[in-house]
Amino acid sequence: MFIINCPFCGERDQSEFSAGGEAHIVRPKQPTELSDDEWADFLFMRKNIKGIQFERWNHAHGCRKWFNVIRDTSNDKIHAVYKMGEKPPSI
Amino acid sequence: MSENFRSIETKFLDKTNRISFKYNGKKYYGYKGDTLASALLSNGVHLIGRSFKYHRPRGIMTCGSEEPNAIVQIGGNGSFTEPNVRATEQEIYEGLEASSQNCWPSVEFDIGGINNLISPVIPAGFYYKTFMWPKKLWYSLYEPAIRLSAGLGKSPTQPDPELYDHNHLHCDVLIVGGGISGIIAASISADNGNNTVLIDDKNSLGGSTIYQNDENFKINDEISSTWLDKKIKELKKKQNLTIKHRTSVAAFHGYNYLLARESLADHKSLDERLNKLRQRLWKIRAKKVILATGAIERPLIFNNNDRPGVMLANSVKKYIDFFGVKCGNKNIIFTNNDSAYETAISLNKKGIEVVVIDIRKNSSSTLVQTTKDAGIKIYWNHAIVNTSGYRRIKSIQIMEMSEDGTNVVGKKTSLLCDSLSISGGWTPMVHLFTQSGGKLKFRDADQVFLPNTVISDQISIGSCNGDFELDDVIKNTISECKNFLSASVIDYDLLKVSCPKQKESKNIWLLPNNKPLGKTKPFLDFQNDSTAKDIKLAMREGFKSIEHVKRYTTTGMGTDQGKLANMHALGIISETAGVKMGSLGTTTFRPPYTPLTFGTIVGRNVGTFFDITRKTPMHDWHKDHKAQFENVGQWKRAWYYPKDGENMYQAVQRESKAARESAGILDASTLGKIDIKGTDASEFLNRVYTNAWSKLGISKCRYGLMLNEDGMVYDDGVTTRLGENHYLMTTTTGGAANVLSKLEDYLQTEWPELDVWLTSVTDHFATASICGPNSKNILKKLFPNLDFNDENFPHMSFKNAEMDGINCRIMRISFTGEHSYEINIESKYGKSLWEKCMDAGKEFNITPYGTETMHLLRAEKGFIIVGQDTDGTMTPIDLQMDWIVSKKKYDFIGKRSLYRSDTMREDRKQLVGLLTDNPKEILEEGAQIVKNEKKQPIEMLGHVTSSYFSPNLNKSIALAVVKNGKKLKGQKLLVPMKDKTINVTVSDFIFFDSKNERLNA
Repeated sequence: MFIINCPFCGERDQSEFSAGGEAHIVRPKQPTELSDDEWADFLFMRKNIKGIQFERWNHAHGCRKWFNVIRDTSNDKIHAVYKMGEKPPSI
Repeated sequence: MSENFRSIETKFLDKTNRISFKYNGKKYYGYKGDTLASALLSNGVHLIGRSFKYHRPRGIMTCGSEEPNAIVQIGGNGSFTEPNVRATEQEIYEGLEASSQNCWPSVEFDIGGINNLISPVIPAGFYYKTFMWPKKLWYSLYEPAIRLSAGLGKSPTQPDPELYDHNHLHCDVLIVGGGISGIIAASISADNGNNTVLIDDKNSLGGSTIYQNDENFKINDEISSTWLDKKIKELKKKQNLTIKHRTSVAAFHGYNYLLARESLADHKSLDERLNKLRQRLWKIRAKKVILATGAIERPLIFNNNDRPGVMLANSVKKYIDFFGVKCGNKNIIFTNNDSAYETAISLNKKGIEVVVIDIRKNSSSTLVQTTKDAGIKIYWNHAIVNTSGYRRIKSIQIMEMSEDGTNVVGKKTSLLCDSLSISGGWTPMVHLFTQSGGKLKFRDADQVFLPNTVISDQISIGSCNGDFELDDVIKNTISECKNFLSASVIDYDLLKVSCPKQKESKNIWLLPNNKPLGKTKPFLDFQNDSTAKDIKLAMREGFKSIEHVKRYTTTGMGTDQGKLANMHALGIISETAGVKMGSLGTTTFRPPYTPLTFGTIVGRNVGTFFDITRKTPMHDWHKDHKAQFENVGQWKRAWYYPKDGENMYQAVQRESKAARESAGILDASTLGKIDIKGTDASEFLNRVYTNAWSKLGISKCRYGLMLNEDGMVYDDGVTTRLGENHYLMTTTTGGAANVLSKLEDYLQTEWPELDVWLTSVTDHFATASICGPNSKNILKKLFPNLDFNDENFPHMSFKNAEMDGINCRIMRISFTGEHSYEINIESKYGKSLWEKCMDAGKEFNITPYGTETMHLLRAEKGFIIVGQDTDGTMTPIDLQMDWIVSKKKYDFIGKRSLYRSDTMREDRKQLVGLLTDNPKEILEEGAQIVKNEKKQPIEMLGHVTSSYFSPNLNKSIALAVVKNGKKLKGQKLLVPMKDKTINVTVSDFIFFDSKNERLNA
């Protein structure tokens, strides 16, 4: 079980958080102009990387804030956390 | 068997505290501190159980958690019984009852032993190969027969009456293992100001060094056990240090999170444990972890190596030196290394006859010299080729080994014995290390897997890190701990350690025999009865991966998880396949390290504490009025209110009729309520609902449908505009939490520019919903000053009101199709509100109704329930709710998905009504719908989602989703049931008052 450093509350147990999948997938501003394939790409296609992955997490049983996490899925090491809208820090 | 085998004095047992216990119905005695195994051995009992597959007699092999054979049932029948308890770990207590497993009628004579005779025809994969055909026999014959013989031990038949607990523990340094390296580490850690916890699974510290009385092992010129004993006494006085005995680490997860089971009462008599905690599960978060889990001895793999009386050499030593018990009078030790000579010396010192057989040609170790000096006979370069003795080993046959060790030569020699100690070297216990994500490396010299790399803050020390000799253990433990803990206070720097060094080594995974492999039984996994030939068979049949071989042969899959045997399986696979062991890898070590009872895992979360129960403020009223409750999520909702012995059907019929004829009242407090504020609230609703919200007037209500981004219906509910920038959204009872987090997600991540604030107010308000033709009259009585004129308070509108000076919100909305009001009041007044409604409604025969009637009434109107009539694959179009999907709005959640080729298909499953040809026949919810029963395979068109007998229409009605349903209206379909087929006709799904006249009646 991880310890996640919530950018708003500090270090907390993983049980307080819920995972929200891959980060930096922006909802298209003009969905109607997308082809079926392009929309399906946004809707369904997610990476499943062994290694460094950018993820969304929600401090569900805490401040309820969403934020981003850079995690190595091969060993669960969290390299960085950063707020929504911020650029990912270089690691 | 009345001979007393406890002939040796020992300081580790309390000889003044004699304890009686029963084993297989017979009474025996032992002493406080004995394990069941040591107590039985002291009475000369070796035979403990029968093996899983061949029902071969098996005895005690080890003295710890790695025990594969001596697993017993503790307790008699009923709730206190527990199967698969390791006799080597269970401490005896007054009145303990234990019995053998996997045998009938008794462990001495077991019918299942016949499997041993037919073993040539039941090889690995026997079940997979044999019970394939004829297929129809599977359910009637094969499966029941296999089930009968499957499993070890008996499950309790009643709920566990004992108490369990969970607790959290945080520390700077956690040390796992209380052997010599763990003790040194704990001492260094505590001395350097770390809040330290030392965990050990035994009832006293010291590991194997605490009973090491051999003159060859010295620390600072003292015998190692004497030195360690002093250190343990010092340790107990240290500040910053907590020692936990009888505590076994079950799991080591990432980020130094560990689970450990502390046994608090397993060693106490049933009287002593009454109302006491039995076990506690510690959830440990440590800044640093030091693993000192030790090593376990390897068996040797030769023909018939499984007889009762065959034990690991170091265990035999522990039974003599710790428990004062000799395992036999005529001992033979069979080894490939020097450590087993310690056992030989110990036995010899106690005057017990012993002979050594060594597969090596010689050894220059001081231990071996001491053995020779004692006049103990050693057979060099010999291997055991067979053993005999059914319920206890009686003799062995040995042969000389060939020059290259691949064969045996010469004449067989027979030796009599009643105890055979085997030693195949040592395996570091890297289980916890790998569980935590650590990667292993292989050391070729002594063929062991050792900790290599890991990201969490931990080290492994002592023999679990591959140090098998006392001087290495101490030297490396000190230096590793010094670095790891940045320790400055060390009082161990000048330790002088002397010990024998291992020189010659030789390892043969599968020992040679004069008979072909197929004619021998060299057991690897003693509990699951897999032999070396099973491994070879699996490989011949094409299994290559170690994980596959394991599952096919079940090697390592017993309750001991193959702690003894896995290395040999790997060794034999690598030899047979010609692959290096290091590159073969290991099977995955998974938690728990030793089995946990379910009680420990669930702790206090049993019975009423299993889950949170949410009750509405009116709950007590419902209870007082005999309501039956239904679980909706965590909520207890009034289901129906039976009167005068009514069953559910009768109660629901009465409630439904009353609600339409005069007045009904429903507790709607559980509906999710989200308070929405902010200057962009209208825009926000526009984006999350399918319909338009910008033009909704203040004090007006609107029904909204919410989709997922994939276009499927997610939730629904009525939202009221309380003010210019203020809305109150209601959600389904079960969906409240998910809807809120979904909305937060969009607000925080996709639309942070919107000025919108969400607050869950579900628990803040209690809601009474009054419906029926007399609802307005009742409301008028409750709120005499309020204008209920239809023009001023029309359907889908809202008013603030006061009841005895308390603010209420009244929404005129309807889920039943009747003229209807929902009164919301601060929660604490909920029950009072309800009682006032009942009083005011008395003259109109106001009838409380539960969720079942609510479902029936809405089904008559064809209103959907998200999650019942939808299942995550239904679009609003499928539900024939096109009217609620805005064509004008540029975007809303899920809109684009409604134009995907698949969601636009016309033959999707669509919501329809179903009428049974016989109006009295009620369909079953979930029943399948077909067109043609004759044509196989029968095409499934859909299923019934809601079905009731409508008292107001006096006929059966149902909602269903049916493929291409919109076009099937009026068509006949079939609902095949187990004993009959029901004829139905597809209909409109609004069955009652399709013009909505009653809303304003």
